[in-house]
Amino acid sequence: MQLITCPWCGPREETEFRYGGQADLAYPADPSALDDEQWARFVFFRDNPEGAFAERWCHDAGCRRWLRAVRDTRTYVFAETRPYGRTA
Amino acid sequence: MADTSVLTRRHPLESRRAALEALVGDPAITLEPLVSAVDLRVDPDGGALDALAAALGGPLPTAVDTWTGIGDGEALRLGPDEWLLTSAGTDPHRWEDRVDSLAAPFGGMAVDVSAQRVALRLHGAHARELLASGCSIDLRPGRFGRGRCAQTLFGQAPVLLVAHADDDLHLFVRSSFSGYVADRLVDAAALR
Ligand SMILES: [Zn+2]
Repeated sequence: MQLITCPWCGPREETEFRYGGQADLAYPADPSALDDEQWARFVFFRDNPEGAFAERWCHDAGCRRWLRAVRDTRTYVFAETRPYGRTA
Repeated sequence: MADTSVLTRRHPLESRRAALEALVGDPAITLEPLVSAVDLRVDPDGGALDALAAALGGPLPTAVDTWTGIGDGEALRLGPDEWLLTSAGTDPHRWEDRVDSLAAPFGGMAVDVSAQRVALRLHGAHARELLASGCSIDLRPGRFGRGRCAQTLFGQAPVLLVAHADDDLHLFVRSSFSGYVADRLVDAAALR
């Protein structure tokens, strides 16, 4: 089975994790200035790259912490995982 | 306030005790006594760990997925800022008050979780083999020796595994999942 390396717990089976979608989405700086279409784009629209994709995963069955992963959408290979919100 | 003195505490796995005791061979599976437990959340870098260690009678684990002995219980590190602290002899509410008041000056908090989990003990040369029938993590003694612990899945149930020795492992499980885990262990032991 696919293993995902949790920054805290080490390599664990994918079934221990929950997918959290695209990472690094910035909340609108001025929310009240957005019209409906802009809100819809923020809430519902996501990138769908062929290749490296930065995404959120939560280690539900382990430390219950969110992590930021970079996964190749063609091969499913994880290039990196790190604690969420950290740059290194 | 209701009179709780007439209520007797019953082990959540009481109905499985006979089946576990009836197992022959290795490993022996026994029910651990119920203990008081708190979930501690605190910043590990703010000096709280030293203060707690001094007050509770033992160092707290500095690495995630490791455990240490403290006083009459254990300190298990569940995550970067989360610990499970147990005490065999302290009343649950006193245990919560004690740890919470120690953590509060550092912005931390403790919550009584005594009723959340029960513990099973697997004792014998084949304890790891039996656990491996439902766990995917590397349980070999070299990778999961005394002092290690891990939250993971046993079958479908979230469990907390604690390595006491090569042939002695404890398994914490939420009370509501404990029947499933006990039944699965009994089945796996019978198939060996
Ligand atoms: Zn983890």
